[in-house]
Amino acid sequence: METSTPSTSAAPAPTSAATPASRAFAVPVRSTDTVQAANLIEIENFDFYYGAKQALFDINLKLDDKRVTAFIGPSGCGKSTLLRCLNRMNDLIDGTSVKRGKVTVRGIDINSRDVDPIELRKRVGMVFQKSNPFPKSIYENVVYGLRIQGETNKARLDEVVEKSLRGAALWDEVKDRLHESGLGLSGGQQQRLCIARTIAVSPEIILMDEPCSALDPIATAKVEELIHDLKKEYTIIIVTHSMQQAARCSDKTAFFYMGKLVEYADTRTIFMNPANPQTEAYVSGRFG
Amino acid sequence: MKRFFDTELETFRSHLMLMGELSIRQVRDSLKALVEADAALAQRVIDADDEIDRLEMEIDDEAIRYMNLRSPVATELRLVIVGMKASHDLERVGDECTTIAKRAIRLAAEPRLKAYVDIPRMAEIAIEMLRDALDCFLHGDTDKALAVVRRDAEVDAINKQLYRELSSYMIENPATTTRALELMFISKSLERVADHACNIAEEMVFLAKAQDIRHREEFKKG
Repeated sequence: METSTPSTSAAPAPTSAATPASRAFAVPVRSTDTVQAANLIEIENFDFYYGAKQALFDINLKLDDKRVTAFIGPSGCGKSTLLRCLNRMNDLIDGTSVKRGKVTVRGIDINSRDVDPIELRKRVGMVFQKSNPFPKSIYENVVYGLRIQGETNKARLDEVVEKSLRGAALWDEVKDRLHESGLGLSGGQQQRLCIARTIAVSPEIILMDEPCSALDPIATAKVEELIHDLKKEYTIIIVTHSMQQAARCSDKTAFFYMGKLVEYADTRTIFMNPANPQTEAYVSGRFG
Repeated sequence: MKRFFDTELETFRSHLMLMGELSIRQVRDSLKALVEADAALAQRVIDADDEIDRLEMEIDDEAIRYMNLRSPVATELRLVIVGMKASHDLERVGDECTTIAKRAIRLAAEPRLKAYVDIPRMAEIAIEMLRDALDCFLHGDTDKALAVVRRDAEVDAINKQLYRELSSYMIENPATTTRALELMFISKSLERVADHACNIAEEMVFLAKAQDIRHREEFKKG
């Protein structure tokens, strides 16, 4: 992936104490980057391309820490693309490029060539539209990330499994069958297992790309309840096509259309008194 | 993009406007019945209140149905909420007119206590306030709605002045007490009609701007 990385020209300095080691990216960080950002994620003048086709145009957005932000907009508006830019999942697609602007997480330019995308994705986890548990036991699904990191301490792994499954509101349902296949769980349970797997590696940010689109209303309600609980510890960004879900779950909402950010405000404002007529038309179901 | 249920909102709006027009007519007719000592007209006002009550229930039903099935947001949500609240205010206007009409019937059988000047003036202002508030519903003219809120003090002042005047009638000649009290209550009813017009105007500002201006002195003083 091509990236415009003007910030990397400065000589990197070691990570300062202001950024806790457990939270820092595994990259040298310039001393100026260690100043705590007012916003956890800042997107500035961001242009993104799939090959020659521009998908995002001059996005400027500051996302709050420990809040749920919903990205809404019609199909193809760029909301999932932007979500995937936040942990560089788009690197996995050939021909993608950031041609202008930057995304910073705690002041660190995540497209800097010094940033290891694998490390970034540990800090910025992702839950997908379709639950994708590995064909392994529930236990092994949860500890997968830790095992890759080389963790072998059984007591530590047990502790993480219980904590993560409790965090994902799944523990009570699976505690007696941790060594059965994750694929044997219901769709809603599988999605919560994926959330447990995500939080097992202690990310700071969880990206959710339509996490409930394949779930029934009861499973959806459980995931939404979980999102509400998780925001005490995590910053969550959710892409959703459900206006009700955005209204129920998020603190702030960003509306995108044709690759541009049209409006970003408190969710209450977006659903009660949006400033932009396009936003109003979309949330009212009049868009077309 | 037109949606298949957009007509439901149109019906809802037209029912609220119809209720507004009927309420204004009730204020006008109840005062006419008083001034012209027309007991038959007063009775027609009393009978017509059922139609306003029916519309209130219909509007409630439409609003609840719309919220239940259409999940309105933004302007539509405000419209449905405001429509329900405004219809309750209009229903109360209808009730005040019924009260005025009942008193007009009793007063029609008595000699006139005094020339009716201030009461028709109050009614005129209250009708203008109602009309301006409903205009804001149609055209979103919030300046007009804010002017309605400010005009409430004018009606309050006339009501107080009438109270003093009618009290002096009763003190000077206790035989006038019944008629003076009837007129006092009519004046109070008109003052309440103006209050409901104010409420509707405040609701219309919320509809247009999502701004809650209730209980805020700065908007009442202008």
